[in-house]
This record gives sequence, C-alpha cells and structure tokens, in this order.
Amino acid sequence: MLGALIIVFREVIEAGLIVGIVMAATRGVVGRGRWVTVGVVGGVLGASIVAVFAGAISDAFQGSGQELFNASVLGIAVLMLMWHNAWMARHGREIADEMRRVGTAVSEGAKPLTALAIVVGLAVLREGSEVVLFLYGILASGTSASAALLGGVLGIVAGAAFTALTYFGLLAIPNRHIFSVTSWLIALLGAGMAAQAVHFLNSAGLVVALDKTVWDTSWLLSENTILGRMLHALIGYTERPTQMQLLVYILTLIAMYLLMRFARYSPPKRLPAAAE
Amino acid sequence: MRTLLILLSLATAVVLAPAELRAQDVTITIKNHRFTPSEVKVPANKRIQLTVVNDDPTPEEFESREMKVEKVIPGKSKGVVRIGPLAPGRYPFFGEFNEATAKGVVIAE
Repeated sequence: MLGALIIVFREVIEAGLIVGIVMAATRGVVGRGRWVTVGVVGGVLGASIVAVFAGAISDAFQGSGQELFNASVLGIAVLMLMWHNAWMARHGREIADEMRRVGTAVSEGAKPLTALAIVVGLAVLREGSEVVLFLYGILASGTSASAALLGGVLGIVAGAAFTALTYFGLLAIPNRHIFSVTSWLIALLGAGMAAQAVHFLNSAGLVVALDKTVWDTSWLLSENTILGRMLHALIGYTERPTQMQLLVYILTLIAMYLLMRFARYSPPKRLPAAAE
Repeated sequence: MRTLLILLSLATAVVLAPAELRAQDVTITIKNHRFTPSEVKVPANKRIQLTVVNDDPTPEEFESREMKVEKVIPGKSKGVVRIGPLAPGRYPFFGEFNEATAKGVVIAE
C-alpha cells in the first residue's frame, strides 16, 4: 500500500506544483476557479483516454510515439506559459493595483486563463495517464489490489493536499510582489519543460546533437527523491543534463525574459488625444 | 536557431541512425514482472536501441535514472527505448510499477 501511495504521490505532486503556481498566478482574476477546474477535469479525462490508447501511442512512429507525444505536450505547455507571462507583464500591475484598491477580484484576464487552463490540463494529462495506467495495473493483477488501490487513492489525496500547500505558501507573498514572483516561477517552469521536451526528442532519436552529459549531480540530489522530483517539476532540475538540454533551458529563459520586457515596455495606453 | 539545430540533428539522425541502430538492437522481455535477460551486455560509447516487450497483461514503466529512461510499456505490447552512448559501467534499470521483482542491469563495456 505504501509503495502505491508513494508512486502515485510522486506523479501527482508534479502536476500539483503546476496547479498551485497557476492558482497563485491568477490570484484576483474572476472565474479562475472555473478555468482551473476545467483544466483539471479535462486533464483527467485526457489522461484516461491516453491510458486507453497507450498501446497505440507507444507503437506509433516506430515505437517512439510516447516520446513524441510527451515532447509535443510539453512544447505546447511552454508556449502557453510564454503567452501567459507576456500577458501578465502587460496587465499584472493593473490587476495588482486594482486588488489593492478594491480588495476583491477583478474581471481582467479572461485571455491568459485559457492558456493556463491548457497548461493545467496538459500537466494533469501527462502525469495522470501514468497514474491511471498504474492503478489499472493494480486492478488487473487482482490479489492484493484493494490495499494497493487504497494506497493509490491516498497518494492522490496527499498530492492534492500538497497542491493546496503550494498555493497557500505562495499566497503568503505580498500582493505587490506576487505577480513578479509567479512570473519568474512560470519562466523557470517553462524552461524546465522545454529541456524535458529535448530529452524526449533525444529518446525518440530525433535530437541527437549535443547529447554529452554536462554534469552528474545524482550523488548530491537524486531525481528519485521527493525533493529531486519537486525541483525537477519546478525549475527543471536534471541530475544528468545534456548540453542540448542546458542550451534549450537557457534559450527558453532568455526568450521568456525578452518577451516579458517587450510586453512591459509596449506603448502606454493612449489617452484620448487632445485635438490640434 | 533551435529549429535549425533540430533540423540539423534530424538530418544527422537520418543519416547515422539506420546503420548504427540495426547493429545494436537488444530485446528485453517482461514476464511475470521480471526482465529476461535481466543482465544485458552492450558495447560502450554506442547508441543502443532496446526493444522492451511486455508479455504481461499489466502495464509497466521501464525506468533507469542512470540511463535517463522512463517509458511506460502497456500490457501485451512493446516499446522502443534508445540509450547511450554509455561510458563503460553498470546501469541498473527497473520496472517502476513492480519494483520488487522487475530489476535488471545494462553493462556497457
């Protein structure tokens, strides 16, 4: 039972971290609960569908279908995170000001919520499909199923609790800073996802350039530990990154930074021009 | 820039892969949550293509931190895992869904 709990918990916290950050990043935006719920429910449904078709996906593209699927999912998520950050760089301050003034939710921000709902959905989809397959395996194998299944369910509950912890932890950040903190968290999240996508493309045999390992810190912090797993999800910590992974990680961060800068320094909103 | 790199590596993969991969094909079978063979010898510093055949009705996750592999193999199906180039040494792998019995090691030499 404990084994099942830990396996499921490990998968759930990765998605949980992302959901927690997204919830904090959209603090004060009307309707975000609905969007995040849509993302989670969509992700769970998607995960079940992916699990059912796992065989077909795995067999596709000469046995590399799963890697290509994961790489695509991560790629889309990275683009959505970029979109969100650019949007937030432009409107974050207004929302923060508004929150300070009114002290309640504001109706700005219908746009990035679609992006973040997709990010949440994809995160749940990716991690969830493994949980579904694992739980299905337990069910199918009979014997000690109920205890293991209980462990699996407890793992999900623990993961949800962990998500709540992430969210309330981030809420402790003062209003003034929350958007810049979450923007950077999202930038790191995106860079980590991009590097992970590179790994999947490498496993699929598509990106094999620059595949020398840059460092090996498995002795210091193994990705197998809960902390390693969390940092992997959060900032893309990898115990043995390749040169290409490192390069893409840095490029993604730079791209995020430039995007946020450009969005911020776009021409200020035009006031009604005085007549000549 | 990235697109260019990807295209370049794609071209490299297309040119290099067929000859190299065919020569280094290894198959591992999962049965009753155990790997056969559980010890696989491969040449060091080469790209290896591992075909993991899952004969069990239940899914398994073929995983190795050392080889940077994490792949779900559904029941009664197979998956292809690309590893290497590996420095000489021992690279343990395991089935995450049945860690107690599903264990093995790749030896690069």
